[in-house]
Amino acid sequence: MEQIIANGLYLGSQYALIALGLTLIFALMNVLNFAHGQMYVLGGFVTYTVYAQLGLPFIVGLLASATTLAVVGALIEKFLFRPVIRKSHREESTMLLAAGIAFFLDAVILLVFGEKQRGVPKIVNGVLNWDFRIIMPYDRILICVLTIFFIAAFIGYMQYSKTGRAMRALAQDKVAAQLMGVNVARYSMIGFALGAMLAGLVGGLLVSITGVNLGMGGPTSIKAFMMVMIGGAGVISGAIAGGLILGMLESVGLSVLSQYGDITYLLIFVSLIIFLAIRPQGLMGKPWG
Amino acid sequence: MSRSKQIIGVAAFLFGVFVLVPLMIKLTGRWDFYYTLTSVALLSIASAGVWLTFYIGRINIGQGAYALVGGYVSAILVVKYGVSFWLTIPLAGLICGCLSILIGLPILRLKGVYFAMVTLVLTEVAKLTALALPITNGAKGISSIPLPGAISIFGLTIIPDFSQLASTKLAFYYLAVTLMVLSYAGLYRLVHSRIGHLCRSLQQNEELASSIGVNISYLRVIAYSVSSFLGGIAGAVFAAISQSIYPSSFQVADSINFMLNCFLGGLGYVFGPMLGTLVLYFGWDLLFTTGKFQLLIYSSLLIALMLALPNGILSLRLFNRKKAEP
Repeated sequence: MEQIIANGLYLGSQYALIALGLTLIFALMNVLNFAHGQMYVLGGFVTYTVYAQLGLPFIVGLLASATTLAVVGALIEKFLFRPVIRKSHREESTMLLAAGIAFFLDAVILLVFGEKQRGVPKIVNGVLNWDFRIIMPYDRILICVLTIFFIAAFIGYMQYSKTGRAMRALAQDKVAAQLMGVNVARYSMIGFALGAMLAGLVGGLLVSITGVNLGMGGPTSIKAFMMVMIGGAGVISGAIAGGLILGMLESVGLSVLSQYGDITYLLIFVSLIIFLAIRPQGLMGKPWG
Repeated sequence: MSRSKQIIGVAAFLFGVFVLVPLMIKLTGRWDFYYTLTSVALLSIASAGVWLTFYIGRINIGQGAYALVGGYVSAILVVKYGVSFWLTIPLAGLICGCLSILIGLPILRLKGVYFAMVTLVLTEVAKLTALALPITNGAKGISSIPLPGAISIFGLTIIPDFSQLASTKLAFYYLAVTLMVLSYAGLYRLVHSRIGHLCRSLQQNEELASSIGVNISYLRVIAYSVSSFLGGIAGAVFAAISQSIYPSSFQVADSINFMLNCFLGGLGYVFGPMLGTLVLYFGWDLLFTTGKFQLLIYSSLLIALMLALPNGILSLRLFNRKKAEP
């Protein structure tokens, strides 16, 4: 029992961090970022290169992947999303663009890093064993703590910094924020960069445990979409709640339903559809998005 | 466009697809084009369904689910129950249509991104269900589906047995293209009927439409089930062509591609998805020669196209005409 909860917390904190980036981008620009999973994979590969191949400390790898992704995100917003949003008749057109970017990042990752599964050496050795009730390697605990720290830092940033306030204002009401003198173009770019950076951070963190490969992008995007839907799109607390709930469900499902084969995800998906039919805006979202 | 011009256009299109293309292929000897064109025709049927959901203002990324269901329905009926393939095409469509009414009633209340994400999840659900159910044979799928048999009325053979034909490719090409023409004709008729105009009112403002007395929940379920019907038909024929169906036959990537086809062709035009499918599928095939750079070039072109023409390829034509008129 304790083991299941610990696993759920560990999974959930990572999921929450992924979902935060996605929901931030959605809240600011009303863009469903299909490329989020690919950004996550790219972050993993950057950390892998810096940490495993160049032999620099892990934290440098993390910083490198965060910076890379922030720059990539800012460029994507400025040169791709902004012109398309301005010119298109329907806002759904950004989905095609996002899908195109997802393919593009996949191609770049394939060409630069190859298609092999990559892993890095463990950052901390040893296993925590609490009376055989909770068994968890130390590196997982470290990653979990780091993730929670990043989530807290992100919330603090959104809550207390000037940039964070501006972004929250934008998410609430774009026109009103603009009238109050918020530079929409600038903060959209910062927001996109921040969202991409979070994806990169998670990628960098997780490469030390699960490794990274090219095929992880798509499924990660779908999981992130689900978390955002559970919590309510564009709401920060919702993303965290969604991430934790999905992590817990997965952890419980995999241990309780393991004898029935691979039906955990089927059940999660079906219950999600039923949940959304009853409560379309998710747990904490605004009605009708 | 005047009426006579329209008729000439349709006649030219029909002539092109049914006579010119097979002739060209015979002359050039590129028989492999048949398979490509057949796929384009089938995928454009499924994309037409997605387009119809766009027409009522919903983003549908779940067409892969219905294509998969259609494929399985047809395959199971043919292999396990010995039903004629020709009967399974409408049956697959109908079952998908009924299924989509059940699913659509609750989820069509969702809007925008929420609907998009639920339909995306639906594709995964279909795949996982196909893996879990005993009748679908799990990951092994159903293979060696027999080729379509003959149809004859009063001893007169209308459609010959496919396995006795010299070229099954040509036969499947005709089948797919005929279905495509019928689907698009039906879609065109639907869009330009009273229901079609009402659907357009949903796309613009549902609340306003319902306040004037449009039964919006009825209309959107109808549109969604027609959309799924098309997806089911496409899936059924696809299973027959490849003579097999697996849970991975239609995946999330396929659902996204259906959506991309619509975007690329242009959401404001009935024939947009057909053009979009043709361009995307052929573009992908032509880039095959570039080897490992295929995906890179393809996605760059996609992004560039989106930057240049965010409203679809067919918006180019509209743009020209508007310029010419004043």
